[in-house]
Amino acid sequence: MNKVLAIDIGKCTGCHVCELMCSFRHHGEFNPRRARIHTTVFLHDEIAVPVVCSQCEDAWCERICPSGAISTVVMPETGARVVQVDEDLCVGCKMCVLACPFGNIQVGAAGCAEKCDLCGGDPVCVQFCPRGALRFVEAEDREVEKRQKLAQALAGSYRESE
Amino acid sequence: MTMDGWMGKVLRLDLTASAASVEDLDREIAEQYIGGIGLGTRYLYDEVDPAVDALDAANKLVLATGPLTGTGAPGANRYMLLTKSPLTGGIANSSAAGDFACAIKYAGFDVIIVEGAAERPVFVFIDDGRVSFHDASELWGLDTEQTEQAVIAATAPDAKVNCIGPAGEKLVRYACVMNDMGRAAGRSGVGAVMGSKRLKAIAVRGTGGVTIADGERFMDAVRRCYEALTDPYVEHFHKHGTPGVLELVNTYGALPTKNFQYGTNPQHEDISGERLAETLSVRTRMGMACPACPVACGRVSRVGAGETATYGVGPEYETIGMFGSSCYTNDLEAVTRANFICNQAGMDTITTGGSIACAMEMYERGLIPEADIGFPLPFGDGEALVRLTDMIARREGFGDLLAEGGYRMAEHYGHPEYSMGVKKQEFASYECRAIQSMALAYATEPRGACHIRGEAQDYAIYSVLHWHITKDRGIEEPLDPLTLDEQPEMVMELQDWFRIIDSGGLCNFMFYLGMDEDQLRDLIESATGIDMGGYPGLMRTGARIFNLEVLFNRRAGITAAADTLPPRMLQEPLPDGPAKGYVAELGRMLPPYYTARGWDEHGDLTPQKAAELGLQLAAGT
Repeated sequence: MNKVLAIDIGKCTGCHVCELMCSFRHHGEFNPRRARIHTTVFLHDEIAVPVVCSQCEDAWCERICPSGAISTVVMPETGARVVQVDEDLCVGCKMCVLACPFGNIQVGAAGCAEKCDLCGGDPVCVQFCPRGALRFVEAEDREVEKRQKLAQALAGSYRESE
Repeated sequence: MTMDGWMGKVLRLDLTASAASVEDLDREIAEQYIGGIGLGTRYLYDEVDPAVDALDAANKLVLATGPLTGTGAPGANRYMLLTKSPLTGGIANSSAAGDFACAIKYAGFDVIIVEGAAERPVFVFIDDGRVSFHDASELWGLDTEQTEQAVIAATAPDAKVNCIGPAGEKLVRYACVMNDMGRAAGRSGVGAVMGSKRLKAIAVRGTGGVTIADGERFMDAVRRCYEALTDPYVEHFHKHGTPGVLELVNTYGALPTKNFQYGTNPQHEDISGERLAETLSVRTRMGMACPACPVACGRVSRVGAGETATYGVGPEYETIGMFGSSCYTNDLEAVTRANFICNQAGMDTITTGGSIACAMEMYERGLIPEADIGFPLPFGDGEALVRLTDMIARREGFGDLLAEGGYRMAEHYGHPEYSMGVKKQEFASYECRAIQSMALAYATEPRGACHIRGEAQDYAIYSVLHWHITKDRGIEEPLDPLTLDEQPEMVMELQDWFRIIDSGGLCNFMFYLGMDEDQLRDLIESATGIDMGGYPGLMRTGARIFNLEVLFNRRAGITAAADTLPPRMLQEPLPDGPAKGYVAELGRMLPPYYTARGWDEHGDLTPQKAAELGLQLAAGT
């Protein structure tokens, strides 16, 4: 069992409710800037893309952290792997910010590294995503789903060519 | 003192002096008027002499958010623009959703008051607490989309912008203010007031957040609100947006046809929401939802093909009703082209369509010589419609006269009775002889004919039965739209209830689609920490706001005599549809409405009622 935060770009309407709920849960205020998930809207392409930490198997932020503040834990209920920050150990050196290739960790106003912690196993962004663009699912299900989607598309083009 | 929900600050922009100042929000006033339309009306009432010319520098523009704007509550994404209207001469309040509204809060403000007038075109950049004034000479003349892009390029990539287009610059009396690439504060000419101040745009970049008084209660309430918005109809609204209702309105015989001569349109299928979805609608997600909206009702359409294809936001139901049915073009392509011109020029599609329909009828009746227009203008001529829309936006030729609004144009030719509206503002796309509650709502709405400050159509034809207004009366079936029973009280309650929606900063579609009064009260109370006094207290606050709008109008010289309808509605029986033979029974509804409001027979607020509403400041006005 290993649940992951799955994103379906095709379903995202760019309503930013994920950001609002994330910031309120983690910082007690509705402020998209302080969210740990960010959705970029490309208005003229009609696409919105949520970007969030993928909880890397071999997390560079964890490897580079000189104070040992970042560690990987497995949630007992969901089996979700979370790369998490211990605020007491974090010194705000920002090495993790440099190391993350995806911009998914930041140092906030409190001087501490901030990143997605999957809300301890029940991500609030998923709870509120109105169109199912964000889901918290078994990693394997997600892969199977993707393979089936591809197979469907291939079957479609095969039928067309017949 | 720190505040929750509210940011606690008011920003004042003096365009004459290019100066900005910050004031504390008065908590007592905020508790009485909440925000949005309420707080904005209070500032307007206190600060603007209602007798001033709307386009004079002494008029002010108030931008007011609600305590819920910028939070994660469903549809909590709106701001209200208030000013004295150049179209009606009374109060104007026009609302829009989008990132711009939320950015005002994130920058630390509840209200922005714009006063004076700049000598040369300017735009203002509000970067959190830092305010700067910039020369906008180079932007003058640009359309709204170009303006927004240019202002973002000149300020910050994450700045959110509202602006006027050429119609606002040229003081078209129903110019609107656009924001976030296609959202409009549409009605009553707020864009012309911005143009008269030579204010091209306001850019806001906010990095702060909105705090909540009781987070646990608030999130419980928010969850219940999202749960209330899972009806299958939400999905229909997501797919088709507002145009999805056109067929139903036609079924009730309430679809304005040929300038409100008929209530049904035999060619309604050609302009239905379903037809739009099959033809011009290219992207239903619209790039997209307003902030924190679970519905995402907007859409993008395309007209033309290949390299000459143009894309834009819309058309909405109202636009199709006016350009498509009232002008009788029955042509979604012409409707959409005219809509795009309005978007780019920054112009209200409802009044544009209503004014052109009026001109079409007068042309056909021989009351406007063709030489004045320059070309034939019969009903159904889509090309003439598009051409004339563009001429209005530029104030060219006959368009210059129509830019004054349908009423002033018709009056110019000696026949104001052909202008279909109230207080010189055009009707929305509902025929009120077929929906009696609408007749009363149109006649009594302080900003003139309007369909969204008290949605009398909702319980009459849309089966919205989950509000106290119907529930407390035991109404479980859709109300016959032709009945007059209880309408005076119900319309009054609707108007007061919608004041709270528009004060909180929420989109009224959330309520149309599932939310109710108790949920909204729960949201406002938990966000701000105030006690609204249950449902009765909520409605008293709504009534306080509504009455203050009326008081502004009275001081502006608009008496109860203006609470009327065009003779066509009052005297000519509707010739077709299920409401055939009906006139608008305003005379039977208005006196009991005044009584319910606590007004005297002249439509003036009595001192007792004023005191009951906490409107002591109004005594003697």
